[in-house]
Amino acid sequence: MTDVSKRVDTVKLVIDGVEVTAEKGELVIRVAERMGIAIPRFCDHPLLAPAGACRQCLVEVEGQRKPVASCTQTVAEGMVVKTQLSSPVAAKAQAGVMELLLINHPLDCPTCDKGGECPLQNQAMSTGRADSRFVEEKREYQKPIHISSQVLLDRERCVLCQRCTRFSEEIAGDKFIDLMDRSSGEQINVYRDDFFGGDGTGDGEVGDGAGDVPFNSYFSGNTIQICPVGALTGEQYRFRARPFDLVSTPSACEHCASGCSQRTDHRRGKVLRRLAGDDPAVNEEWNCDKGRWGFRYATATDRIMTPLVRDAATGELREAAWSEALLIAAEGLKAARERGVGVLPGGRLTVEDAYAYAKFTRTVLGSNDIDFRARPVRATGSSTAITEEADFLAANVAGGTGVTYEDVENAPSVLIVGLEPEEEAPILFLRLRKGHRRGNLKITAVSSYLSRGLEKLGAALVAAVPGDEAHLLGTDPAVAAALSAPGSLLIVGERLATVPGGLSAAAALADRSGARLAWVPRRAGDRGAIDAGCLPNLLPGGRPVTDPAARAELSLAWKVEPGVLPGTAGRDVDRIIAAAADGTLGALLVGGVDPADLTDPRLAEEALDAVPFLVSLEMRQSAVTRRADVVLPIAPAVEKAGTYMDWESRLRSFGAVLKSTAMTDGRVLEAIAALLDVTLNTGDVMAIRRELGALPGSTAPNPAQPAAEAARPAQPAGDEAVLATWHQLIDLGSLLDGDQVLAGTARPPVARIGKDLAESLGVGDGDLVTVSTVRGTVTLPAAITDLPPRVVWLPTNSPGSTVRRSLGVTAGAVVKLSAGVPGPILAEGAVQ
Amino acid sequence: MTTVEFSPAAEPLAAKLLEPALEILARYPAGRERSALLPLLHLVQTEEGFVSPNGVAFCAELLGINKAQVGAVATFYTMYKRRPTGEYLVSVCTNTLCNVMGGQEVYDQLSEHLGVGHDETTADGRITLEHAECLAACDYAPVVTVNYDFTVDQATPESAVELVENLRKGERPTPARGARICSLREMQYQLAGFADPRDGAVADGVAGAPTLRGVRLAQEHGVTVAGFDPDTPITKTKPRVTEEKK
Amino acid sequence: MTQPRPEVLQKLTPVLTKRWLSPDAWRIGVYERLDGYLALRKALDVHPDDLIQLVKDSGLRGRGGAGFPTGLKWGFIPQGDGKPHYLVINADEGEPGTCKDLPLMTYDPHSLVEGAIIASYAIRANRAYIYIRGEAVHAARRLRNAVQEAYAKGYLGKNILGSGFDLDLVVHSGAGAYICGEETALLDSLEGFRGQPRLRPPFPAIAGLYASPTVVNNVGTIASVPYIVLGGADWWKSMGTEKSAGPMIYSLSGRITNPGQYECGLGITLRELIELAGGMKPGHNLKFWTPGGSSTPILTAEHIDTPMDFEGVSAAGSILGTTAMQIFSDQDCPVYNTWRWLEFYHHESCGKCTPCREGNYWMVRTYRRILAGQGTYKDLDTLQDTADNIFGRSFCGLGDGAATPVVSTLKWFRQDYLDYIEGRTAPRLSEKSLVGAH
Repeated sequence: MTDVSKRVDTVKLVIDGVEVTAEKGELVIRVAERMGIAIPRFCDHPLLAPAGACRQCLVEVEGQRKPVASCTQTVAEGMVVKTQLSSPVAAKAQAGVMELLLINHPLDCPTCDKGGECPLQNQAMSTGRADSRFVEEKREYQKPIHISSQVLLDRERCVLCQRCTRFSEEIAGDKFIDLMDRSSGEQINVYRDDFFGGDGTGDGEVGDGAGDVPFNSYFSGNTIQICPVGALTGEQYRFRARPFDLVSTPSACEHCASGCSQRTDHRRGKVLRRLAGDDPAVNEEWNCDKGRWGFRYATATDRIMTPLVRDAATGELREAAWSEALLIAAEGLKAARERGVGVLPGGRLTVEDAYAYAKFTRTVLGSNDIDFRARPVRATGSSTAITEEADFLAANVAGGTGVTYEDVENAPSVLIVGLEPEEEAPILFLRLRKGHRRGNLKITAVSSYLSRGLEKLGAALVAAVPGDEAHLLGTDPAVAAALSAPGSLLIVGERLATVPGGLSAAAALADRSGARLAWVPRRAGDRGAIDAGCLPNLLPGGRPVTDPAARAELSLAWKVEPGVLPGTAGRDVDRIIAAAADGTLGALLVGGVDPADLTDPRLAEEALDAVPFLVSLEMRQSAVTRRADVVLPIAPAVEKAGTYMDWESRLRSFGAVLKSTAMTDGRVLEAIAALLDVTLNTGDVMAIRRELGALPGSTAPNPAQPAAEAARPAQPAGDEAVLATWHQLIDLGSLLDGDQVLAGTARPPVARIGKDLAESLGVGDGDLVTVSTVRGTVTLPAAITDLPPRVVWLPTNSPGSTVRRSLGVTAGAVVKLSAGVPGPILAEGAVQ
Repeated sequence: MTTVEFSPAAEPLAAKLLEPALEILARYPAGRERSALLPLLHLVQTEEGFVSPNGVAFCAELLGINKAQVGAVATFYTMYKRRPTGEYLVSVCTNTLCNVMGGQEVYDQLSEHLGVGHDETTADGRITLEHAECLAACDYAPVVTVNYDFTVDQATPESAVELVENLRKGERPTPARGARICSLREMQYQLAGFADPRDGAVADGVAGAPTLRGVRLAQEHGVTVAGFDPDTPITKTKPRVTEEKK
Repeated sequence: MTQPRPEVLQKLTPVLTKRWLSPDAWRIGVYERLDGYLALRKALDVHPDDLIQLVKDSGLRGRGGAGFPTGLKWGFIPQGDGKPHYLVINADEGEPGTCKDLPLMTYDPHSLVEGAIIASYAIRANRAYIYIRGEAVHAARRLRNAVQEAYAKGYLGKNILGSGFDLDLVVHSGAGAYICGEETALLDSLEGFRGQPRLRPPFPAIAGLYASPTVVNNVGTIASVPYIVLGGADWWKSMGTEKSAGPMIYSLSGRITNPGQYECGLGITLRELIELAGGMKPGHNLKFWTPGGSSTPILTAEHIDTPMDFEGVSAAGSILGTTAMQIFSDQDCPVYNTWRWLEFYHHESCGKCTPCREGNYWMVRTYRRILAGQGTYKDLDTLQDTADNIFGRSFCGLGDGAATPVVSTLKWFRQDYLDYIEGRTAPRLSEKSLVGAH
């Protein structure tokens, strides 16, 4: 950001006899709030456009005939405002509105989830009458009704403030809930056939009409959080707790790289719910449903609480004491050191834990064979000699890009490539949408189709066949135009790594246009792992392993002999897997990695099977723990302190929410190291932070940007197509295990094909389409979509569509298409 | 806009209504097609007799908005019916003035006679009855409309019963001040903004005595407004510039 | 039936209603023979700013109820702003008692079309919409026919009468919602949304239809424009009073001998109007009346000599509104009437704001109870207080309109309430009506 000090126009006004200076255009209710005057309100929300609907915040303004809503009234020079504190008129108006709000409210606070933290309850106490004069019958509705599998609505509690509908329209862009009917029958609801002659009573009670449309939003939980009454509740939390029995602990979301601040509410060692935290610089006051509700994995029944070792006699895993398990791990790794140990820490680590792996790998194992990237890092079938992404991360990402959420919101133009913001970085999506809604941010996306998320951003599409992105970045005039305005941003997602030359082209484009470049990975630990040194070519602090000065700096800081730190780049994830599979490596040390996330899950599992010694640091049973020689249980995020680094490179530190005996990865690694006579000093988060803080800044020159050739996309023929794929936000990811209600809000998996393919296959919307490779098949209902010719899109890891496991390929690969379910020959082929 | 792919729910209506629907859309500026929603919902009622779930789907898909947004609008307005309607909609004004002038008795009598309540349809499918709010004809109170055309002025229970009996017999009595009676569905076509296709219908209906009371009185007594000269000049301070238009 | 006195007859000013006498004035040929589209030719010959000045000079005030000076409103439209401008005509006549716009549009639709073209030219709008109440089907039929005829004659469309001015005019039917008479609700409705009022500012003159500068005028206002263009501002001001210039259509209904439309100069009194209408119906004595629709505070027999102009009615504690005078007699019950009005306001409340949505729900039920003989003294205080909590606290004027008959009947006719409570008046509603009313 250029630092232009803006002169802010101000006005002076008087509120309750006190003169105050306010920014021009500020709302009276906010100014009063700053002065410590709490005006009661319901519809008002600082992040939503003013509505003036509930009328609770009425104040008296001198010269105005009627009381005015302070949530819609902007300040003016010389204005004299009297709130309920100094104006009987305002006090009477507020008390009157409160009485009216309560006449049809059921006053069922003793059985309402909101009781104890309810703005209506609280403000009824502060502003209402002790007794109601209302003696007529109250309005009643069937209750509750599901407006999605997760969100419940009790209409009789609703005060029709429209915070939920305004959020859905203004912030999320998901206009699936709206006001229905009018007058005192007005209600919030989703679309239901029942309203229009479908079965039911006609007022939206029956929820199973064929045409009903649920509240299909990734951000629906926010409506529950901002509901000022108990009208909207979540299935997951309903009737589970009273707010005053809960302990609230600030936390950071462990799901994606957005870096949301959140609040975790727990009781007697159990998490009951999570809420969006308030961080204006990052997530403002929102989060996504995955972050809000995806926490049950930590209490899943397959959680590992005790170390496991493989019993020599039975060949089965058995429980073991920590001392035994650590010793076996240490000895096994020591023995394997000569042949080599590959380290796959995964992308879900805190910066502290990632640093522990990085340091362990270098100082204990004497290796650079470490890679946090648990995903495809190059195109299917590309040579592993190409290190384009690692080079890009070293040159363009390590140390920070400087691009922030605020920059995104204020940019004139953003070009997105290799990223589907709503699915892969939902809070970045919200900020892009905010910029778009304010009318100043133009968004252009290089992608295979204009997704619903991109539509909500008003994005212009540069249609790309997967694999062609690098070429488009270099040549497409719309791409160049999108970055022509000063202050434009180029945001690339981790998926661009699978496009040969993609990241090189992006870096070159940024240079050429002057646009700043940001890189957005998918997992919460990905960004931090780079700076922590979890890449084969980078030491902590973004130091290139090949730079002697950089190694020397670190040797000094780590107090290790010169020469301990290897000076050549290690193996990356694909090469580690290959070297393990072919018997080169003596051991693997694996953190939270699911082999199904890797380019070729089958090869990865072969590698895990083949490697002589396998140490797994895991929280729950997995494909890795099943094959491990030693399993060392580690703590989930909720039971440890740490720091995530979000895509902006912003640190998101958090303390342990729950008391637990579970250990961090760093502490477990420290214990192994100790048995191998190395003092790792990673057992304590504060110690790591001190050590990281004391590391000198890297003096190594920035490594060169990659300059890989742009390839042209594959040329499918006959019944073939090019595969496009990315993850859906709510999918089969292991951190979403254990929550069927949340899974119910997932987008239904479909195979997207263009009209050309639909015609040649003879399928219509909803007909089954089978996508196959020599590895296997995926069969899903077709969704005819405006895609480039001969492109098929599949969700990467959704029910019925596990692309990597079932097809063994990633985006850009050529796949075969057929109508219907696979025939017997194809099905046979699948198991070859 | 013309290349909308309709869902199976909307397709049958689209097959019948797409052409007039596109005409409706063309009345509004490009990018402001949502303005067509109210006329489109009227149009749906020409086929369905009410706003049906399929009708909601048709409007939503044509305009590229969610069904919840269409539902929100369709449930707001009184003239969008949410259950199948009869051939004729008989509305009796029971707002205060018509009410005290006898409208309530008219409505009560009709309700008893037809055996249906507000917003209900007779078993023979002929008549949907409703009590209406002010229909802007207080000088003819109480009024009864058929498909919104003023049909019986200064209604009495007897004249109203006669009306519905005639309608049920398949007759179409001449309205007091509206055009010749059509079916409710045909009327919806006009509400969607199309000209009355019936020859001469626009000429039907002469002004009643109350409408002309004041102006007749003036005519009879030779009262006119003095000093009216259509050539009175307009003060011109600026030249009329044609370029300024556009 | 007594004949009105000559001096009262002289107060009739047949201007807007004059063509109604010609049964075929809705046809363009007849309209043209009756001075039709002369004003348009005249207007197109002058600079738009001069037209705005002319309307300002005429003192024309909005005929929709609020009485805002029309020329001033037109002058608010920013010129040279590069945005499209719109004229929207509010033909959503629905205020109980009001019935002057429907006959105008039915029997003289071209006067509205001609006025719309002139007004659009003045504010530099190339698109105009007539938002007509859905139920007004015959008026809409005639209007659509008139628009079609005007296109055919080159009064609408491209390069109107060779002036270089283009205008498209669309007649848009509503779908049954009183609230759409509120101008911002009307705009939302015209944009295809629920007709709920918008926040102001921004005012329609800056951000109205499609967020562009928009003039919203009532039917009577726009239909007045051709006469002003023809006869001039001074002639227009020769009718009415100094601050309330011009003729006005007074709609008389209820307990009078000849209900109907009476066009007179602003400032005439109810006594004179009743005289024009042939007096009260035999056996009826004036008890209370609305000066301008049910949303205006009711007045009583003692206000019979109030000048019916903006200032006069205001001085009497009410509002001129739409000059829809519903006249009730000693045989009518103010409590019952108020209940029925409240059922209306409750039915038509858009639901957006708390006071109107909940307050009407409450008050109708209280009235039903009182009328069923189950009222209490406390109910009267609660009604008064609830009306106070609605009036001036609601988002738009509909809430004020609902509170108005409550407050004014409690003020003038408290005894009528007490008569129900104390059993002197037999219940008007049965117990069964306490449930299930819409």
